[in-house]
Amino acid sequence: MFDRDRWREILEVLTKNTWRTIFTAFGVCWGIFILIVLLAAGKGLENGIKKDFGDIATNTMFMWTRATTRAHEGLPQGRRFEFKVDDVQAIRDNVPNLRFISPRNQLGGFGGNNNVVHGIRTGAYNVYGDYPEIINQDPMAVTSGRFLNYNDINEKRKVAIIGQGVKNDLYDKDEDPLGTYIKIQGVNFMVIGTYKKNNSGGGEEGQKEIFVPFTSFSQAFNRGENVGWMAITAHNGSSISVLKDKIVSVMKERHKVHPEDTRAVGYFDLYEQYNRVESLFGALKGVAYIVGIMVLLSGIIGVSNIMLIVVKERTKEIGIRRALGEQPWSIKKQILMESIFLTLISGMVGIIFGSLVIFGINSLLDSVGPVDMFMSPSVSVGVVTGALTILMVSGLLAGFIPAQSAIRARPIEALRTE
Amino acid sequence: MIEIKDLHKSYKMGNNSLHVLKGINFKVEEGELVAIMGSSGSGKSTLLNILGMLDELDEGSYTLDGVPIKNLSETKAAQYRNKFLGFIFQSFNLINYKSAAENVALPLYYQKVPRKERQEKAMQYLEKVGLKPWAEHLPNELSGGQKQRVAIARAMAAEPKVLLADEPTGALDSKTSYEVMDLIQKINDEGNTILVVTHEEDIAHMCKRIVHLKDGVIVEDKKVEQVRAEQYV
Repeated sequence: MFDRDRWREILEVLTKNTWRTIFTAFGVCWGIFILIVLLAAGKGLENGIKKDFGDIATNTMFMWTRATTRAHEGLPQGRRFEFKVDDVQAIRDNVPNLRFISPRNQLGGFGGNNNVVHGIRTGAYNVYGDYPEIINQDPMAVTSGRFLNYNDINEKRKVAIIGQGVKNDLYDKDEDPLGTYIKIQGVNFMVIGTYKKNNSGGGEEGQKEIFVPFTSFSQAFNRGENVGWMAITAHNGSSISVLKDKIVSVMKERHKVHPEDTRAVGYFDLYEQYNRVESLFGALKGVAYIVGIMVLLSGIIGVSNIMLIVVKERTKEIGIRRALGEQPWSIKKQILMESIFLTLISGMVGIIFGSLVIFGINSLLDSVGPVDMFMSPSVSVGVVTGALTILMVSGLLAGFIPAQSAIRARPIEALRTE
Repeated sequence: MIEIKDLHKSYKMGNNSLHVLKGINFKVEEGELVAIMGSSGSGKSTLLNILGMLDELDEGSYTLDGVPIKNLSETKAAQYRNKFLGFIFQSFNLINYKSAAENVALPLYYQKVPRKERQEKAMQYLEKVGLKPWAEHLPNELSGGQKQRVAIARAMAAEPKVLLADEPTGALDSKTSYEVMDLIQKINDEGNTILVVTHEEDIAHMCKRIVHLKDGVIVEDKKVEQVRAEQYV
């Protein structure tokens, strides 16, 4: 492969007309640069958006009840019903591959009244009655104390975990909330922990929540066996989008809802949303590839053109070499190698420039702090090797026609040209 | 060494076809120095190109050192040219961006001779034509006579069976012409077979045999007393 004379010749030919070579190389360089930067920008956008999803278990659905819209089994249309605690076990028995089923109850909500009191301060917060598993579905970092456990559930302890935002509102800066009491709608709960959420999706609201044991919540606020809504997460191997129909139909059957009543059980499929975003990024990547490769293509055509001119200029030389006994294949190889070498080198320069630009953007982002919906643009090693493969192939294609034309003329005709 | 029987060649020019060679019969023994003479258009260059496998014959047969030359693929033709033939052109046809030594080494490169050996051989042949001190010079730094001597060294480098010279002195003044002819005569003295195409009488008489071509046929084929070029140098 490494033939010193051949490589010397390649360099001699390419450096003979330096500016022409540089301008030709620029086309390819620019194409691969655009490709790399576009892909990196797409990745940056993807990283930014995905950060907003935080660590929420994305294979999750939320389900709640609404009024029925069809009469069924003697029950009227417009009937209200509620999920019961037994429903959790029923779902677990009937639908396989579910990882977590968390029944939840809730107090407060958007624009609610002040419902929590500590000392002389009050505030309006979302208060959730939850099982300990909820921390896996709606991840949060426990910053002090502990989260709920099953002893709290079984003994119906009146304990609460409060968000960082709640702590800031209700407590002094240097006051330790652990062990103190807060009054939620007139019932005292002991604060046993504080948390902080990472995902920015919930924003400020996410930090202003209070979690208490599901059982204590039901007892303290008269919910009985009722369940407000459920968060259901499937195992990693199976998609909740597939399982959700089965879950909903189990619920319809248990609550005597007409099977074709599409409004009675409301749900939100987080996984479907997530997938939609995923496929958006897939499309974005596709567009980046298409645009990049199109720009690259014009560079390749430039290389092909120049190689044709080089071959034309060297017609006589090629004739001489053939008269001296060089094999046609050897001449073809020479032209192809020149073309591949030119594309590859200029492509590498493009990749290096692209990487520098990405590096620059990254250090800029680091210095100005996080930007909305954009985070650490990058290209993987796989993309770079892919780009190099594209370059190899395109160099080969660019050289193919010129190489063919180099050996098309008979040596006698090539010798006659001046 | 060379045997040609009833050779015909015509070129198509639009609708007309131009019959250039009209039945050539011709034989060259080993060690001969043959001049092919004729006015322009007599077909002498065409004959040389066919002998050099740069062009194909239409009819007849051509045997080179016992090997029939017919319907060769380009690859095979290149191989034969490299092995059997050395070319000397009127316009020298050196490769501009390669030094004299590299030009001489070129045919050896195509024979896949190792680099070191190639360089040694190239120097040896450059010495033979008296240009060893110019080995690293590019062709445009050499005079016409020097260029032609490099070209001769190149033609010799692959140790071919036959040297084909197409007007080797056509672009040179008479003094350098005689120098080049002196060199060719000396190479012939060593037993190499050489064909020289020329239209100059004095050059032709420095060969051992003159073949006259006119309108595509051989009109005269005679042995002559060789005039040594040495005396003019």
